[in-house]
Amino acid sequence: MSIASKEYRTITQIAGPLVFVEKTEPIGYNELATVTMPDGTQKRGQVLDTSDDVVVIQVFEGTTGIEKAAGVKFLGETMKMPVSRDMLGRILSGAGEPIDGGPAITPEKRLDISGAAINPWARAEPMEFIQTGISTIDGMNTLVRGQKLPIFSSSGLPHNDIALQIARQSKVRTGEEFAVVFAAMGITAEEAQYFMSDFERTGALKRAVVFMNLADDPAIERILTPKLALTTAEYLAFELDMHVLVILTDVTNYCEALRQIGAAREEVPGRRGYPGYMYTDLASMYERAGRIKGKKGSITQIPILTMPGDDITHPIPDLTGYITEGQIVTSRELHRAGIYPPINVSASLSRLMNAGIGPELTREDHKAISDQLYAAYAEGKDLRGLVAIVGKDALSERDQHFLEFADAFEDKFVRQGTDEDRDIETTLDIAWELVAGLPINQLSRIDRKYIETYHPEYRKSE
Amino acid sequence: MEKHGTIYRVAGPVVTATGVSPKMYDVMLVGEEGLMGEVIKIDGDKTIIQVYEETSGLRPGEKVVDTHHPLVAELGPGLLSSVYDGIQRPLPVLMEAMGDFIHRGVSANGLDRKKKWKFEPTAKKGDKVSGGSIIGTVKEFYLTHKIMIPPGVSGTIDEIYEGEFTVEETIAKVDGKDIMMMQKWPVRAGRPFGKKLLPDIPLITGQRVLDTMFPLPKGGTAAIPGAFGTGKTVTQQQLAKWSDTEIVVYIGCGERGNEMTEVLETFPGLEDPTTGEPLMQRTVLIANTSNMPVAAREASVYTGMTIAEYYRDQGYNVSLMADSTSRWAEAMREISSRLEEMPGEEGFPAYLAARLSEFYERAGRVENHNGTNGSISVVGAVSPPGGDLSEPVTQNTLRIVRVFWALDSRLRERRHFPAIHWLTSYSLYTNGLNKWYRENVAEDFPDLRQWAMEVLQRESELQEIVQLVGSDALPDEQKMTLEIARMIREIFLQQNAFHSVDTFCPLERQYVMLKLIKKFSDQSSKAVESGVAVDDIVAMPIRNRLAMAKYEETIDDELAAIDKDMVNAFDSLGGKA
Repeated sequence: MSIASKEYRTITQIAGPLVFVEKTEPIGYNELATVTMPDGTQKRGQVLDTSDDVVVIQVFEGTTGIEKAAGVKFLGETMKMPVSRDMLGRILSGAGEPIDGGPAITPEKRLDISGAAINPWARAEPMEFIQTGISTIDGMNTLVRGQKLPIFSSSGLPHNDIALQIARQSKVRTGEEFAVVFAAMGITAEEAQYFMSDFERTGALKRAVVFMNLADDPAIERILTPKLALTTAEYLAFELDMHVLVILTDVTNYCEALRQIGAAREEVPGRRGYPGYMYTDLASMYERAGRIKGKKGSITQIPILTMPGDDITHPIPDLTGYITEGQIVTSRELHRAGIYPPINVSASLSRLMNAGIGPELTREDHKAISDQLYAAYAEGKDLRGLVAIVGKDALSERDQHFLEFADAFEDKFVRQGTDEDRDIETTLDIAWELVAGLPINQLSRIDRKYIETYHPEYRKSE
Repeated sequence: MEKHGTIYRVAGPVVTATGVSPKMYDVMLVGEEGLMGEVIKIDGDKTIIQVYEETSGLRPGEKVVDTHHPLVAELGPGLLSSVYDGIQRPLPVLMEAMGDFIHRGVSANGLDRKKKWKFEPTAKKGDKVSGGSIIGTVKEFYLTHKIMIPPGVSGTIDEIYEGEFTVEETIAKVDGKDIMMMQKWPVRAGRPFGKKLLPDIPLITGQRVLDTMFPLPKGGTAAIPGAFGTGKTVTQQQLAKWSDTEIVVYIGCGERGNEMTEVLETFPGLEDPTTGEPLMQRTVLIANTSNMPVAAREASVYTGMTIAEYYRDQGYNVSLMADSTSRWAEAMREISSRLEEMPGEEGFPAYLAARLSEFYERAGRVENHNGTNGSISVVGAVSPPGGDLSEPVTQNTLRIVRVFWALDSRLRERRHFPAIHWLTSYSLYTNGLNKWYRENVAEDFPDLRQWAMEVLQRESELQEIVQLVGSDALPDEQKMTLEIARMIREIFLQQNAFHSVDTFCPLERQYVMLKLIKKFSDQSSKAVESGVAVDDIVAMPIRNRLAMAKYEETIDDELAAIDKDMVNAFDSLGGKA
């Protein structure tokens, strides 16, 4: 292309990650550019704003070292990701370059990284139950194929362990395994080390593609990492028929990068300084999960984010919650009580749960028993507050049962080992043992026929 | 020869063009691919266009064509059961044209041009007609689709034909002007009607907490604000499924793709409880998910409203669900900030309140020019950031709508669904609707509702005392009030949208259920007075039967049996009386 060959030396302004170039030929919006320093080093960037007068380029690696004498070339195309089946088992940088010392990846295809929206008409409803082996998720916040279910965590909580446990144990009941696409955004080298050693220890790496953008990599690259990861996932899922589990961590770092760049562009900020388009931006990332009619593969997403100040109303968890199909929320209280995984079921939710449970999918009593656990646990937790004021003796007998239920629930149902892989029957049976501690006439959420089939009282008498 | 302009600048969805002189809100075709956009600002020789499609790769110098008309919706037979994007392009057609993903530069007609419809005239040659006059009918599934003279046309019918026609063929001539079945109407303007009527007939939704406690009339407006996960979408979908209107327009505005899929997959299998026909055949879906272009999201609510008005004009009751109006407001904000407009509260444009009220004012029960009565009931979901109801979209919405269904995250945590809070919600229509309830359900219906509200109110006062001293310290009579309130909450207010029986509760049954709880309450007060322990009353099998009845296939028989058995059950408790 003729434009591609031409180098401009008309930089007029450099501000934050932005470079302003004048007197160009017509340049396409969102196209790629390279900036070449006088010493020959190159940086890549993307067109943010283009007009007859001036073109604004956002430089991925940061503008350090760029001077007005630098040359700018426009590549005449938007950003593409080379993809291939051989990416499985590889570790790539946040910008998609191999960093595991292995050979370069020979692309089978080059795909646009921004990813088009799936036509809602072409989507297939997510429904196959994914067994993560974690009771609080499988039993009460069930994950299904094609869902996006984030983990809302806080600093100091073991969300990484939970993510790894899910990545390790997840399977559908037909036994098919998942390919894992793991995108680390702005995590520390130490955390990265931890993830990598676990992937290697368990042999999970050979069916994984890992993207690593570390805390000291440029912020702007962080914005590309999930796009590259999801483009790879789409290729594996919709062209190679794989079931792909995408783990994105930590979305909070991604949003910080978004804010940083927004500020550098002097945009009008929205809530707490985050850009007004953050909802749309996050949606274009999360909405890349799903299933498509007539295609075998699927993309299931587990984004992880840390809530600044444990605040679930902070814009990052808030906007995420409005886009994703539920959330798994961790609790500092449970963690302090030494309970792993410290998942707060009351605040957690899986919107697609009803599509993934029931006869033939899990078990017929699943929905009812899960509702009962929620209601009884909520009641028991309320009573804890009351006991602190009036003492346990002031409670009615009925209330005492609920209070005891809440404790037993946390100890037996929530608590499990990091390597403990419970199948769904085990999870539901534990649940029934727990509700057996409550008077039968208080089980208002359960149809009589399930009580008669599954309640330990009835099972005993058989 | 059409004069072309050229692109001067591209920044995201906002494109600046020079060399054209269009009118505000004219549709423009931008770039070599002819991407659709709308003029949103004219500044000297520069025209600012918001483009409904992805603009990557678009460059200065490409051509811009003025279509000289504003964004219109195509109205006519074929709308029902359609699934559109925000600018009325049918999604199945887009899929055929560009595969599973939505790419750009494809235009598609809102109405099928090839399909033939059997037109039966009801007017005849020589009749005087004007805008809105019904001149014939077409069968659209089970609905009698009335073909009307487009607004602005009037005169005498010269010719009128019977037979099979496409939407673009002439079916009549009025003063020499060809009339087709298809009309086009600019989406941002309301369609004309005769006059507004008082909304005094309730919209029956089969949801107990809505129909009995906080009713919405046909032609009314309601808002459902709630933090994420509180059940806005489920409530909206329940309304779309069970509302007793002839037409449902469901706008998925900036929401989840998988949710739209769920609607698309479940609706065709569901039956309309009044007609027994598939629900999809009375539904028009607009799906503009959160990752589809933001400018089309902004337009989607207007497209939906225009379609709703078209059916209202035919004399039908239409319910319109917009999920979520916050995403619409955010689309406005996003575009406004790209225009570098002076922001109002929280970055939203200063015209936010005006746009919201314009939208909700298009609802209402009206008398049409053709003499029929029709209505549009609007239910808008609001997604307040952090569940904070003081934010601008919620506040501006609450100033306009007259029903407020408050979703509560504490209720959600205890899985009380629908999580509509009975103390914070309100309906300003209740008094106006009482007459209808008295005449059509039961004379004591309003009193029964009032009784239930009082018990719930009393419960919340007593709960404050319980928090301090424990429930054991309360006198028996107050303990019983707490138990009755619990029954109202758990048996009546809670409703399982996913249970085959409980998902829809006819109004008569709502009355019977609440009446039985009242009866239980009256009986238990007497029993408590005569010295029966509260725990014994609560442990009565009949209480449990009442609680479980809503899940039984034979619910109405079971309720009747409970009614019969109740007095005996209480008598067997004994007590000194």
